[in-house]
Amino acid sequence: MSDLFRVDGLTKSFGGLAVSRAISLAMAPGERLALIGPNGAGKTTFVNLVTGQLRPNAGRVVLNGEDVTSLGAVRRVRKGLVRTFQVTRLFAEMTPREHVTLTVLQREGKATGIIGRFLGNHTVAEEVDDLLDVLGLVEKADRPVGEIAYGQQRLLEIAIALALKPQVLLLDEPAAGVPSSETPRIEQALARLPASLAVMMIEHDMDLVFRFARRVVVLAAGAIIFQGPPAEVAADARVREAYLGNYANARRVA
Amino acid sequence: MTQPAMDVSAGAPTRSYPLYLRDIAGVAAILVAGAAGYWLFPDNLALLTRIIAVALLVLSLDLITGYCGVASLGQATLFGAGAYAVGFACVHGGVTEPLTLMLIGAVAGATAGLAMGAIMLRAHGLAQLVLSIAIVQLGHEAANKFTGYTGGSDGLAGLSVNPLFGVFEFDLWGRTAYLFGLALLVVVFALLRVVVSSPFGVLCRGVRQDPVRVKAMGAFVFPVILKMFVISGAVAGLGGALAAISTQVVGLDSISFELSANALVMLVLGGLGTLYGALVGTVIFMAFEHVVSAINPFHWLTMVGALLVAVVLVAPGGLVNLAGKVGGIGRSKGSKP
Repeated sequence: MSDLFRVDGLTKSFGGLAVSRAISLAMAPGERLALIGPNGAGKTTFVNLVTGQLRPNAGRVVLNGEDVTSLGAVRRVRKGLVRTFQVTRLFAEMTPREHVTLTVLQREGKATGIIGRFLGNHTVAEEVDDLLDVLGLVEKADRPVGEIAYGQQRLLEIAIALALKPQVLLLDEPAAGVPSSETPRIEQALARLPASLAVMMIEHDMDLVFRFARRVVVLAAGAIIFQGPPAEVAADARVREAYLGNYANARRVA
Repeated sequence: MTQPAMDVSAGAPTRSYPLYLRDIAGVAAILVAGAAGYWLFPDNLALLTRIIAVALLVLSLDLITGYCGVASLGQATLFGAGAYAVGFACVHGGVTEPLTLMLIGAVAGATAGLAMGAIMLRAHGLAQLVLSIAIVQLGHEAANKFTGYTGGSDGLAGLSVNPLFGVFEFDLWGRTAYLFGLALLVVVFALLRVVVSSPFGVLCRGVRQDPVRVKAMGAFVFPVILKMFVISGAVAGLGGALAAISTQVVGLDSISFELSANALVMLVLGGLGTLYGALVGTVIFMAFEHVVSAINPFHWLTMVGALLVAVVLVAPGGLVNLAGKVGGIGRSKGSKP
C-alpha cells in the first residue's frame, strides 16, 4: 500500500462513553485533509490517540508501514508524526529563535549536550533563519514569546512542527483564537507547507477548511460519517443532521 | 575560569558575545568580592568559607529548582552525602589528599543526586516536595543512628587533611581553606555558566516552562531532569566536601531539613533561575543572619523573617531581578506577565 499513514479501527472509551468508534483513515504523502465535526465529536481525542497522548482500547496506528500503536508520544514525534496544539503551548520567556533552535538541535540529537553553545552552530542557525523567514517571524525572532501577538505564536507553533521535519503533521485548530485580520497569514503559511508532507487539519473555520483541504472527513459522536471532497460535504444529509442536531451546542462553545 | 575565555576565542557570533562578557564580569565580581572578604574580615574567614560551601549548595538547588522547576526541601541530602563521604574517606579510609577528597565528595553527591532524582521524579507537585523532605529526614536519621561510622549527634570529627598541593597547609586561621573555597566556587560557577547556556541548559528551561511542549518537540523529559539532578548532586557534594575539609568535622546539621529549607529561602531571596541570584541570596542571608544574631541573639530569626517578607513583597523575582530592573540590566528581556 502506498499509504504514508493509516489508522485501523481506532477505538477509545472513557468509562461507558465511547469517544472514538472504530475510526479508520489513511493518508498519502502530500495529502491535505481536514477533519471537522461538531463539538464533542471526538476530534481532539482522535489527535491524542494518533499522537500517543492517549492509548486506544483497540485499533492500530501505522506510519510508513510500521505499527506505532505501542510507542509513546515522544517516539512517535521522532518517527515523523508531529502535532500542533489547539491552545498554544510555548515557553513564554523564550524567543521564537530559541524555540526553533532548540527543536532543530533536538531533531539532530544535540539538545542534551552540556558542552557547546546553544546558538553557536552555523548550520543550525541557517536552518532556523530559513524557517523563521518562511513563517514571517524574522522581525520578532528575538523577542520573548510572551510579548508577541497570538497569531504569531500560532505561526511559531507551525515553525516548531516543521523544524522536526515531519512526515505527517496534525494541525489542531491552527487558526483558533486568531483575530480575523491575522487569519490570512496563517493561511499563507499553510499554503507554503512542504508538498510531500501529509497534513491533517482540525478546524472550525469552514472558509479555511474549504480553501485548504482536498478531502474532508466528518466526525460525529466518535465515528466517521463522511469522507469526500469539500464540495460534497455541505450537501450530505448525515453531515447536515449531525451539525444541526448539535447546533445549539456548537454555537455555545464556538 | 577558563571556559568563558575559551568560548570567546572560538569565534562566538556577535549576538552571544555580550553574554560571555557578562560571564567574565560575573567571575571577576566573585573574585573581587572574595578578595575583599579576605582583606576586610581576616578574623571571619571560617564564616566566609561556610558561606562559600552553602553557596555551592544553593547553586545546586538553583539547577533543579530554578532551571528545571523541581522544588526541593531536601537538597541538603546531597550536601550531606558529599560531607559524610569525605568524612568516611578521611577518618575511616585514610585518604588525606584534599583534591582527592573533593573528588570523592563530588562523586558521592552526584550518586546521591541520581538516586534522589530517580525517586523524586516519580511524583509531581506537592507530593514531590514532601518526598524531598522525607528523603532528607531519612538521611538525617541514618546519619544519626549509624554512630559507629558517623559519630551520630556528636558529629564525625578528626579529619586531618594534608596540605593543598603538598604545600599549603590548612591553617588555624582558615586562609588556605577560604582561598581554596573561593577558587573552587569560581571554577564551579564558570562551569555551570557553560552548562546553563548549553543546549541542555535551554532544554531544562523549556522543561520548567512546559514539559508537554518539550515532549511534542520529541525530547524525553525524565532523563533531562535526572541528568540535572546528577550535576546538581556533584555541586552540592563539593559544597559538603568543602565544609568537611575546612571545619575538619561533619555534623548532623549538614544533612538536615533546616539546611535544606534555608537553602531554598536563600535561593528565593536572591532569585531563581540565574546563578547570580543563588550567590547573592546566600551572601545576603548569611551575612544578615551573622550580623543580626550578634546584635539581638533572641529575635534575629524574626528579623530574618521580616527581611524575607519584604523581599517577597517588593521583589517577587528575587534581589537579582530587582537590581536588574532598577539598573535596567540583567534579564530585562524576560519580563514576567
